Amino acid sequence: MDRIPILKFGNALLVTIQVDMHDRLATALEEDLTSKIVAHNSRGVLIDISALEIVDSFIGRMLDNIAAVSRILDADTVVVGMRPAVAITLVELGLSLTGVKTALNVERGMALIHDRLAGSEADDADDQD
Amino acid sequence: MPTTKTDRVAIKISDDVVRVRQLTRALSVEVGLSLVDQTKIVTASSELARNTLDYGGGGEVTAEIVEQGGRRGVRLTFEDKGPGIADIEQALKDGFTSGKGMGLGLGGAKRLCNEFSIDSRPGEGTKVTIARWK
Repeated sequence: MDRIPILKFGNALLVTIQVDMHDRLATALEEDLTSKIVAHNSRGVLIDISALEIVDSFIGRMLDNIAAVSRILDADTVVVGMRPAVAITLVELGLSLTGVKTALNVERGMALIHDRLAGSEADDADDQD
Repeated sequence: MPTTKTDRVAIKISDDVVRVRQLTRALSVEVGLSLVDQTKIVTASSELARNTLDYGGGGEVTAEIVEQGGRRGVRLTFEDKGPGIADIEQALKDGFTSGKGMGLGLGGAKRLCNEFSIDSRPGEGTKVTIARWK
């Protein structure tokens, strides 16, 4: 079966969805990401959906689930690159992705993850004092 | 309402949902829908195709380019011979689901289109028609 590639990028995982996903592919991505977060001790997950022409309730729920599971595993999920027409449609559909952090592009998404990491490292340093 | 083009796609496996989306996109582009309207009807078609598959046990979509009073539009009719919907009003409410979904499919699809009609009889099947006009 096809798989969506997951790249390790420092402390984070990077996923770029380039294909029109059928439901099984979306479910497989959810499972793969969860095991990679644990395997690589990742603190952040960046999902680039700039190539996606639509996000329907199934894909929306997948993004919500990934964010919820990674939060429990102490990793932040940021979804980047959503097309304006997709955002308008999602809201009208009734899906506002409240559990998912979003950023306009990969650069800003990475910055979000790094900010959070820098913050938690500073906390760790404080604890040692 | 004159129909200028008709296509049919069987909905039997989850790959067919992708095929329905692609066909809807192609017809929307042909009609000249705006990008936002294209995205809306493609998203609605994805929701309804999944309903046909998951709740109707599979079925078929008829996709047409239609004309009325000089306007062109895309019309999609999803048909299955599944268990049907006993309470349509309840099924259209957000958050209502009889399965694993979020319960946004039917109501969401209705909001994303200009026209929406549903005909369902318990034990006989369900037919949902949507249209988006330029």
